[in-house]
Amino acid sequence: MSGRVLVGVKRVIDYAVKIRVKPDKTGVVTDGVKHSMNPFCEIAVEEAVRLREKKLMKEVIAVSCGPQQCQETIRTALAMGADRGIHVEVSGKDYENLGPLQVSKIMAALAKKEEASLVIVGKQAIDGDCNQTGQMTAALLDWPQGTFASEVSVDGDGLKVEREIDGGLESVRIKMPAVVTADLRLNEPRYATLPNIMKAKKKKIASVKPADLGVELTSRLEILAVEDPPQRQSGVKVESVQDLVTKLRDSGTL
Amino acid sequence: MTFNWVQRTSKLSRWQGAFQSCIFSCKRYSVQEQCRVPSSVVEAFRAVTGSDGVSMGTAVREQHGKDESVHSCRPPDVVVWPRSVEEVSALARLCHQHSLPMIPFGTGTGLEGGVGALKGGVCFDLQKMDRVLDFHAEDFDVTVEPGVTRTGLNSYLRDSGLWFPVDPGADASLCGMAATSASGTNAVRYGTMRENVMNLEVVLSDGTIVHTAGKGRRTRKTAAGYNLTNLFVGSEGTLGIITKATLRLYGIPEAVVSAVCSFSSVQAAVDSTVQILQCGIPIARIEFLDDVMIDACNRYSKLSYPVSPTLFLEFHGSERSLEEQVSLAEEITKANSGLDFIWAKDQETRSRLWKARHDAWYAALAIRPRCKAYSTDVCVPISRLPQIIVETKQDLTQNRLTGPIAGHVGDGNFHCLMVLDPTDPDEVQRVQEFTDRLARRALAMDGTCTGEHGVGLGKRALLREEVGPLCMGVMEGVKASLDPQNLMNPGKVL
Repeated sequence: MSGRVLVGVKRVIDYAVKIRVKPDKTGVVTDGVKHSMNPFCEIAVEEAVRLREKKLMKEVIAVSCGPQQCQETIRTALAMGADRGIHVEVSGKDYENLGPLQVSKIMAALAKKEEASLVIVGKQAIDGDCNQTGQMTAALLDWPQGTFASEVSVDGDGLKVEREIDGGLESVRIKMPAVVTADLRLNEPRYATLPNIMKAKKKKIASVKPADLGVELTSRLEILAVEDPPQRQSGVKVESVQDLVTKLRDSGTL
Repeated sequence: MTFNWVQRTSKLSRWQGAFQSCIFSCKRYSVQEQCRVPSSVVEAFRAVTGSDGVSMGTAVREQHGKDESVHSCRPPDVVVWPRSVEEVSALARLCHQHSLPMIPFGTGTGLEGGVGALKGGVCFDLQKMDRVLDFHAEDFDVTVEPGVTRTGLNSYLRDSGLWFPVDPGADASLCGMAATSASGTNAVRYGTMRENVMNLEVVLSDGTIVHTAGKGRRTRKTAAGYNLTNLFVGSEGTLGIITKATLRLYGIPEAVVSAVCSFSSVQAAVDSTVQILQCGIPIARIEFLDDVMIDACNRYSKLSYPVSPTLFLEFHGSERSLEEQVSLAEEITKANSGLDFIWAKDQETRSRLWKARHDAWYAALAIRPRCKAYSTDVCVPISRLPQIIVETKQDLTQNRLTGPIAGHVGDGNFHCLMVLDPTDPDEVQRVQEFTDRLARRALAMDGTCTGEHGVGLGKRALLREEVGPLCMGVMEGVKASLDPQNLMNPGKVL
């Protein structure tokens, strides 16, 4: 067991930004908009760093797929304590079509290449809300998975994962190597402090192309349109019950 | 049962004017008064802000007529939402032309009734201006518009390793915090708004736009001209409308340790505070809760702290410097017969340790259900703290008042959270008299009648006593020079 943790981090529009749909309905406005690390990815990085600090893991590698700007996101992960980074270069049309299936193929290839014992990702990204990457990665690797983790502890040669499910909490024990997806209550991520940001500038970020990993990026999905939800209409006040009944009939509700 | 406040106020002395604005009156302010803004002017407003930038709806006006203080609602006649400093200026020019009062409104979380429109007029709700502009990480500064709140800014800055540490209880607008010279629990280390505002963009009563330190200037120090920036900090909207603030940022602490220590007496707790500061320990937070407050917190948050005066401490720094700071502080508390010094480093345990302090307001309210709470706010030199807290506690006991104490003792500032039944006129009277005695006690000890909440509506008489008639004359001269028609938030501060 190598004791290497691979953490996936995604660069998304900052959660505090008001999203606007592009007039041509092909997507949302991203130019000039503040981006930051997906909040669930922050939790994943924090958990990985804590495992290394407890000396249960030896090295934390932060991975991000996308254009040049993703390196900023990797740097944040390095400032939080990751040891090195891997930037998988994807840009243009390929980046627009990048989805969980493509990312999970990349993560699986990297997990094998780096001989990782553990892959941790956020349970979902706040832009796609797909909640698929972790699960697909585990399937491609044929590794066990502990998803929606609210607590992770090492148990012999495996992990004990407390999962947040609809009915409450579920405890599972999975053998390593494994995939874990981080849920909200797993931990409170640390802030990147100035000294750590300075140190992070010296840590290495390797660049690779998906082709180098033998991953093919074509998407089977085509986005037809992105639209605003319908505007809320104002209500109508009526004077009497008779009016109400008439209006309900006219609108076809009755 | 209506309690006729008006009759009582006429009998009150000048001192008791502190409560003059009808705090617990059961009589609701009537909003059906005739609107003082001509409809032609309202149309002119709409031409500036767009049709959805003006409202005269009753509910909207009521929302803009009160803050989180105990002062009753005083709604404006019109509420406007400018989207840029140019719109603020155009609206101000219109108001100036027609002699209409102007009241700036940020988050409405003030504690001294600063947003009440005593003479009606126009409320400038600035929340649509909500951009973070010009962030310079290497220079440790950032400029924000009034719609940006302190947690909003810190969220924006979180990846940069920097933060803005001033943290009053509410998630307030930063420009609003500048207007009230706000402060927070870590002022002892990082200062208040006075020390951390580098430049302001202000719109004066006639619409003139001024940059108090010069446009775009953001140096760590300057000796150029009169300090207009700090003139506007704390002016509570009475000199101009703040539309941008350039703020000083600090590095997020590398490591944080929190500690709790209880003492057998108030004197011992406050003595420890004084000694910790005199030792030069760069303590980040040092908060005091008295036994009544701790008891309330134990009940409310289901904790089991010993029911005695307690200090909550927080240390910021590198791992190594923390070890030194914590061990020295522990020595000091032991020397003052402090019981069990408990400390913690990880986020989750620290939050648990400090939970009592965070829930203090609600815990105080929970002591007596169906009662309201009013927070006093005096500040004295640190060396006078033991005396004033001890005397205040005696006063509370003698007058059968519920007033658990929570305070930023590191600044010499403490709050009595007065819990009272608003329908009991005798208790209301006793609270009012107590508050005045407390303010006088602080003033007699070289202190101030308001450490962080501001003067607003209720402390104008106390301000007069605090600075004296000559200084008051100077302040009134400044006001007359900048706002001759007295349109900017009339009836506040002076």
